[in-house]
Amino acid sequence: MKIGVYVCECGSNIASTVDVDKIVEEAKDLPNVAVSRVYKYMCSDPGQELIKNDIDEYNLDKIVVAACSPRMHEATFRSVLEDKGLNPYVLEIVNIREHVSWVNSDKDKGTEKSMALLTGAVYRSALMKPLERKKVGVIHTALVIGGGIAGIQAALDIASMGYKTTLVEKTSSIGGKMSQLDKTFPTLDCSQCILSPKMVEVNRHPNIKLLSLSEVVAVDGYVGNFKVKIKRNPRYVIEDKCTLCGDCLPVCPVIAHDEYNQGFSPRKAIYISYPQAIPASFIIDPDDCLGINPLICTKCKEVCGPEAIDFDMQPEIIEKEFGAIVVATGYAPYPIENIGEYGYGTIHDVISGLDYERIVSASGPTEGKILRPSDGKIPETVVFIHCAGSRDPSKHLPYCSKICCMYSTKHALQYKHVVHNGTAINFYIDIRTAGKDYEEFYQRAAEEDKVIYIRGKVSEVLEDGDQILIKGVDTLSGETVELHADMVVLATGITPSEGTKEMASLMNLAVDINGFIREAHPKLKPVDTAIAGIFIAGTATGPKDIPDTVSQASGAASKACGILSQDELEIEATVAIVDDSLCLEVVACVLKRAHIALLRCK
Amino acid sequence: MSYGYIKIGSEEKAFIAKVEEISGQNVYSCYQCGKCSAGCAFSYKMDKTVNQFIHLIQLGQKERTLDANTHWICASCFTCTVRCPREIDVAALMEAVREISLRENPEKVRIADLPKESLEKLPNIALVSNFRKKTG
Repeated sequence: MKIGVYVCECGSNIASTVDVDKIVEEAKDLPNVAVSRVYKYMCSDPGQELIKNDIDEYNLDKIVVAACSPRMHEATFRSVLEDKGLNPYVLEIVNIREHVSWVNSDKDKGTEKSMALLTGAVYRSALMKPLERKKVGVIHTALVIGGGIAGIQAALDIASMGYKTTLVEKTSSIGGKMSQLDKTFPTLDCSQCILSPKMVEVNRHPNIKLLSLSEVVAVDGYVGNFKVKIKRNPRYVIEDKCTLCGDCLPVCPVIAHDEYNQGFSPRKAIYISYPQAIPASFIIDPDDCLGINPLICTKCKEVCGPEAIDFDMQPEIIEKEFGAIVVATGYAPYPIENIGEYGYGTIHDVISGLDYERIVSASGPTEGKILRPSDGKIPETVVFIHCAGSRDPSKHLPYCSKICCMYSTKHALQYKHVVHNGTAINFYIDIRTAGKDYEEFYQRAAEEDKVIYIRGKVSEVLEDGDQILIKGVDTLSGETVELHADMVVLATGITPSEGTKEMASLMNLAVDINGFIREAHPKLKPVDTAIAGIFIAGTATGPKDIPDTVSQASGAASKACGILSQDELEIEATVAIVDDSLCLEVVACVLKRAHIALLRCK
Repeated sequence: MSYGYIKIGSEEKAFIAKVEEISGQNVYSCYQCGKCSAGCAFSYKMDKTVNQFIHLIQLGQKERTLDANTHWICASCFTCTVRCPREIDVAALMEAVREISLRENPEKVRIADLPKESLEKLPNIALVSNFRKKTG
């Protein structure tokens, strides 16, 4: 047997803390090593050629490369072996960059550790056997989880490329948070106007099957062959029969808070969350309705002409197979009642960003008039407090929620457009306008609409008669300031939604310290997850604005189609096998989704 | 530290409008980068730096603006105006505040009453300023 050893300097990345020449020399004395070489960039074309020439010249059987993480270049070197007719799996990678040079500054110790790792690898290499890749079929359908703008875009893109797509949405309508927004920065497009055409398209696209009020409850299988269980909750109104005539509304005796309007307006127990909702059908809220178990009231059923109401609908479990999955489960606003000093939940006129969106919206509870919740008066001074929850690692969210600078600026500008003589004051830490035309939008708000910006955090928001007293600081003048406002809008931060957390746990997707789903690589694989065939889009991976969300959704769709478009997939040959005599069946491996072979074993 | 009270009512708005009218500048164009203060040769003599001074105008703090010595220290060298990334003629803002101050509170200085030693020491620009005060 002849083993070739190749040590990479990686420029100075490895060479600065590992004596590469020394380990190359020492490696020559290891058993079976026929040749040992160092090169500045082993991954480069000349580096690969070096290995190829040696395979010919020395008749090498196996290769050991000491370089960076196998996640970077294992595939590169495997193809080198394949090109020369060797089995690609008789390659051993020793990670002396991430595991040695990057985490160590002592050259002697780094050299010693590298040599130890390399020695182990050479011995292991001698035991390696060729492996064959298996091929599996692909089911040519996709599952998109989450019907917000990310899920809508991903579903539309996959469907338009000709693949059957199932879009699963937990609530009664697709549209997500974007459907609640009034206008979008920086163009001030009406959110609903740009969203609803896409929603309608989802509804009528022949390749899209929309499952509203549905949740994914189990995911099994592997890339190209996922087996998914979806629980469909009852709507109690037959979607195809409901004509949206609204005859049921006046007769329903129950009044509940309208979630779409953030609880600022009432709705009935039978309702449609907003006129453009898709599926275009009423829904009965079983928690509010008096007709569902026990049956006390049937008023809506009595007046329903098309006989669309069915109090006896039951949840159903749908089992389907998919080739690829896109997770687009979105965000939830940070619970700003946690910031006690800002008074949300105790002071009536302190509202959240999303509350404000509904108040300023023409389809909202005040029909677009900016009226404060306590007494319905037009506020003369509105204070917008940025970073409500965000950038506060000690008590709240450690990260920047990315969209708040822009939406608070938009809120202030919208206020000034409606209340021309009003005063809009933003308290901010930094203004972050990193997006196309965002800086211009911010400058326009200040310059044309006279929105005032004060740099500094507000320390306390207090009720003072029918006004609100704000105590803050102006860090540019270095002075503490206080002022009275009639309404305060908190720029609520973004957190992973319940659905995001549930799906991450259900599918064993890695999450970051904040609970957002982790990308396979933050820069180069932003829509992949660590699990092949499962992709992510939108705010499930972290705070994101609409343009980024939509681009990511299209990216995820394109990656999904990369799988769906194949008739069969090659499955990695390095699979775990189970030694039945040792297995205690704790199923930790299955829970960790270690590999398909284990799942099959069980 | 006591809290400075911020109120942006009609008086404050009238002051902002007056500064903008005289100077022809939009004070809200300023995003407080501080380049004006950074480049001003006399920042160290000012009790409010140039950007702090503009910030006071943005908040309509007339009394505190006029109380500052910033606009009197300003020699109108235009370094700030030339360098401002938002194309604000900062020197014109200074001039506007000087105008407002002079119109409201003319402080007549009789050059002839100044002692000879002072006249010899005073820089020309100070004397020119004093002549302007006479026209206030």
